[in-house]
Amino acid sequence: MNLHEFQAKRLFAEHGVPIPNGEVAYTPAEAREIAARLGGVIVKAQVHTGGRGKAGGVKLGRTPEEAEAAAKAILGMNIKGYTVGKVLCDELAPGIEQEIYLAVLIDRANRRPMIMASAAGGMDIEQVAEEMPEKIIKVHIEPSLGVRSYQSTYVASRMGLPKELWRDFHKLLTGLYSCFKANDASLTEINPLVITGEGKLLAVDGKMSVDDNALYRQEKVAAMRDVAEEPVAEKQAREAGINFIKLDGNIGCMVNGAGLAMTTMDVTKLFGGAPANFLDIGGGAKADQVAAALRIILSDPNVKAVLINIFGGITRGDEVAKGIVAALEEVQTDVPMVVRLAGTNAAEGMAILADAKMETAVTLSDAAQKAVALAQGSN
Amino acid sequence: MSILIDKNTRVVVSGITGREGSFHTRQMIEYGTNVVAGVTPGKGGQVFEAGGKKVPVFNTVREAVEATQPNASMIIVPARFAVDAIYETADAGIPFMTCLTEYIPVLDMIEARAYLDAKGVRLLGPNCPGLLTPGEARIGFIPGEVAMPGPVGVVSKSGTLTYEVIDALTRLGIGQTTCVGIGGDPINGTDFIDVLKLFEADPATEHIVMIGEIGGNAEEKAAAFIKEHVTKPVTSFIAGRTAPPGRRMGHAGAIVEGKSGTAEGKIEALRAAGVPVADNPDDIAKIVAERMGK
Repeated sequence: MNLHEFQAKRLFAEHGVPIPNGEVAYTPAEAREIAARLGGVIVKAQVHTGGRGKAGGVKLGRTPEEAEAAAKAILGMNIKGYTVGKVLCDELAPGIEQEIYLAVLIDRANRRPMIMASAAGGMDIEQVAEEMPEKIIKVHIEPSLGVRSYQSTYVASRMGLPKELWRDFHKLLTGLYSCFKANDASLTEINPLVITGEGKLLAVDGKMSVDDNALYRQEKVAAMRDVAEEPVAEKQAREAGINFIKLDGNIGCMVNGAGLAMTTMDVTKLFGGAPANFLDIGGGAKADQVAAALRIILSDPNVKAVLINIFGGITRGDEVAKGIVAALEEVQTDVPMVVRLAGTNAAEGMAILADAKMETAVTLSDAAQKAVALAQGSN
Repeated sequence: MSILIDKNTRVVVSGITGREGSFHTRQMIEYGTNVVAGVTPGKGGQVFEAGGKKVPVFNTVREAVEATQPNASMIIVPARFAVDAIYETADAGIPFMTCLTEYIPVLDMIEARAYLDAKGVRLLGPNCPGLLTPGEARIGFIPGEVAMPGPVGVVSKSGTLTYEVIDALTRLGIGQTTCVGIGGDPINGTDFIDVLKLFEADPATEHIVMIGEIGGNAEEKAAAFIKEHVTKPVTSFIAGRTAPPGRRMGHAGAIVEGKSGTAEGKIEALRAAGVPVADNPDDIAKIVAERMGK
């Protein structure tokens, strides 16, 4: 789960990371009021996507009037498909001497949390990695030890940070890691971390992703989920315990297992079709989940055909078939469907579906080709 | 021959009385797996009956070990109890465990893996379908009826996709030594390379099928390992060519981050290591058949 900048920075601050004074505004009038209180502000769109600056979602508000105008321009703006509903109004940093990139993330390959830092702050880290990989400093953290002082000294020294700041930098880095650990984050990122004109470190931007698997024990973070921004279908899927990602094609896919779901999309594309979604009903799905999945797929008006590909193991073919029948009783649809059941209780499932007038297929290739033909036929 | 498990493997099941645990344990026993004990705290003294066998249930793994000497474990408990079960199993001295449980927090797995490495204990999973030695034993979900004994070793990050591939191999009359699902979590216990080493050393395995997916760099590392250390032919498939970047495709680990973890990168690395990569999983079995001269 990704957090908004203002949420991330508040959590950073709880662990001693210095952030600017700032408040969230939902209307231009609120932005004006905040600017009047804080002096000059920077007004920043709070949306779950990068590239806000380039899209015009970050503007200066040196006066309350300017802040109001900036908020008016940004609120309601569409940035990469996300509508801006709130802005963060942050006090302006007192001059910027240097910009740094600093993050703690999980390094899968080494199975350790890792500090990633670069003196080229403000830039997209992917770009730095590509153009000047030698500028990226990586240090692994041993979970039982935490961030040791020599490690932050190494990072500070490699970045050429003034010696007077090393102690503060260690405190900040320790705080960032403590925030990472305490909240089950998979990423805590400050870009940029600035050295202000007054020679202080300040996290002017923040990004944080939290491990979905840990949300059960992170109630405070779980409550930060911005449901206003979540597409309806994805919200319904999440509540039904289904993995669903909407795509741009016209063939709705319902599959059990993430690997097979991706493969079903890949094979659909291979035969000239375009998948409308990724959908994994999960292991051991029951009839009601299958019905919910089919309703979600059919709620997309782009869907011209549905491809159901189930290879039973922990999931049973008869359960899936019952779910399909239940959903079809409830949702009247003309969208043609191809179903392919294999593995555990596949024969029982096919018997249940015998009356449902669905196309059937034996192999995935066969099913994908039939779905592509149906989607083209109904255009 | 096989790797990791065979008909003599003595299995203890943590979570044997749960809904999923009992269903799959029953199937495992009916398949012929030698399940010697079950564990559910508070249900010690009960007996789990399946396939004409009576399996004693214990409160803790240690008690199960003291009474029945298992040498492998299967963990099928809810996520919030799974990490504890992993530590408990390692601490009880069982050298090999398979954890099927999904949704274990990553930071917990980082610490657990470090502990297991220090103890010299092997973990398969978590969030994996388990493993199957056709005709002998099964730990986990892989449906035994689609498999048959033979010379191909299968290793995969996926569950159901693997069943597809096993099924296709079996239909062409090509059996398997052992089928291993390593799972799709970002931090796991056993990786492609670990299984490749075992297959390379197993005299019965003549050909290896490796099924990967987007995310991380385990496939790239496996490709480099194959080039240097694997003499047996390897055939592969990578899922997720059409996955949009930045989105987690069901498995916690299946995500393209920036330019890392893409299907293209993995396919390229494997092909450069001399491994044919099928475009369609239906073709994997055909490629294997061709390469085996069938």
